[in-house]
Amino acid sequence: MLNLFFTYDFLQNTFYTGLLIGLIGPLLGTFVVVRRLSLIADALSHVTLGGIAFGLFLEKKYGVLFLSPFYAGMGFSVVGSIFIERLRSVYKAYQELAIPIILSGGVGLSVIFISLADGFNTDLYGYLFGSVTAVSRNDLWSIVVITIIVLTVLFLFYKELFMLSFDEEHAVVSGIHSKRIHFIFIVLTALVISASIRIVGVLLVSALMTLPVAASIRIAKGFKQTIFFSVIFGELSVIIGLLTGYYFEIPPGGTIVLTSIIILILTIFSKKLWNYFTRKTVIQ
Amino acid sequence: MFTLTSPIVRFNHVSYAYESKHALQDINLDIPTGAFLGLVGPNGGGKTTLIKLLLGLLKPQQGSIELFGEKIENFKKWNKIGFVSQKANSFNRGFPATVREVVSTGLTANVGYFRFFTKQHKQKVEHAVDLVGMKEYLDTNIGSLSGGQQQRIFIARSLVSDPSLLILDEPTVGIDTENVKKFYDLLHQLNEENNISLLLVSHDIGTMTKHANGIACLNKQLHFHGDTEAFARLSDNQLSNFYGHPLQVVTHQHEH
Repeated sequence: MLNLFFTYDFLQNTFYTGLLIGLIGPLLGTFVVVRRLSLIADALSHVTLGGIAFGLFLEKKYGVLFLSPFYAGMGFSVVGSIFIERLRSVYKAYQELAIPIILSGGVGLSVIFISLADGFNTDLYGYLFGSVTAVSRNDLWSIVVITIIVLTVLFLFYKELFMLSFDEEHAVVSGIHSKRIHFIFIVLTALVISASIRIVGVLLVSALMTLPVAASIRIAKGFKQTIFFSVIFGELSVIIGLLTGYYFEIPPGGTIVLTSIIILILTIFSKKLWNYFTRKTVIQ
Repeated sequence: MFTLTSPIVRFNHVSYAYESKHALQDINLDIPTGAFLGLVGPNGGGKTTLIKLLLGLLKPQQGSIELFGEKIENFKKWNKIGFVSQKANSFNRGFPATVREVVSTGLTANVGYFRFFTKQHKQKVEHAVDLVGMKEYLDTNIGSLSGGQQQRIFIARSLVSDPSLLILDEPTVGIDTENVKKFYDLLHQLNEENNISLLLVSHDIGTMTKHANGIACLNKQLHFHGDTEAFARLSDNQLSNFYGHPLQVVTHQHEH
């Protein structure tokens, strides 16, 4: 089964991309979750859809290829992330308000561009739910570049990002440039989302960033360990999800998310079981 | 209390107003090295504003502030001042971070951008946690500790950069009586054995008179600044005048 992925070029692309997003999705996702920004990933993925629809529309109407749906999506996502930040500072007391505004804006744009491009096509279906066959060699290289950027920036700013996530007030008092760091962080999130969409799809991309972390938080000690388990769970979900998706001819978005939910349930259950038995030995 | 060295904090005719509302008027305050100063006063009396000015988060509209003999505008050694916020205790308790990781954040700004924690930094973290008596919890998740223990960790976080002055804003809110006692024992140890000057903001005048060796009473103006014995001799009437409303205080005899 696994060897199939190495026989066909397009499956190879998918597999390597899967491994990369299984790494950077949960890695950045850990920061997203602990900062209680899980829904921002959702908002950004819908903005990305707007960009993808714009790219598809350009392709269909003008046959231009200078802006592929992938890059159009990435551009929209980054611009959307900047908008979210602006909105969050405009509505200080209603920070979550930025999310429905950006989310509905993204869907609105998508609807307009999709209908301008004369409705749904199979490409769009792949963007919504992910696809095993859609990753080109070029896409793979772009995602390699995104991965390198994300890893480098996280490595350089890890201690500041961690401090900001744990206690923003303390970070500000100590003289950390919280706005700039936060800006870098939100742009990284936008990049990771646009990188993941080819495989997991717009509707489920936030799941790849949050579900492995949700499972990891249950069992990990400390922040670094949380990141470590999140990445393990993310990679497991992507690998199992891609293989089963390919085998049953299901969009991999569905199988990846379902795998992570199963992992999540197993973690919660085993933690309960662990607590139950350790407590029992204490009583004896 | 007189010392030969210049005070570590000096407020010189400092005033501050939010829009048109006066928060502080003509404050003159010296905090000498080794002080254990309790800052008391009613809500809205300007305690927080004073702390913010001291931390450089606000700039005085009139007057000047000196820290460790330097004008605050030129002051660079912010690691000499540790601050434990009132809000420190309201962090996300589900946050997956060990005591070690939390205390390390006290060094983040000192280490600076594009630099990494060294072995020495890691030793400093362990030392600070040891100092507050929490060594065996180094690798425990902060969320699983009690309120009093978490408070100690936040103090360790500000101790890790070797401050000479530690400012604590309402540090005992939400901590039970027994742990409050342990907490003050720790403060005495830091003050006397580790030579850290303390500025403690609290509304609890009673406990403050028992532990601090100086009291500053702030209600827009600095109504009183002197040693605790003199403060204890003030009549309830005088205190009520400071507060602007009747007040009954149970003052404890100073133990030292």
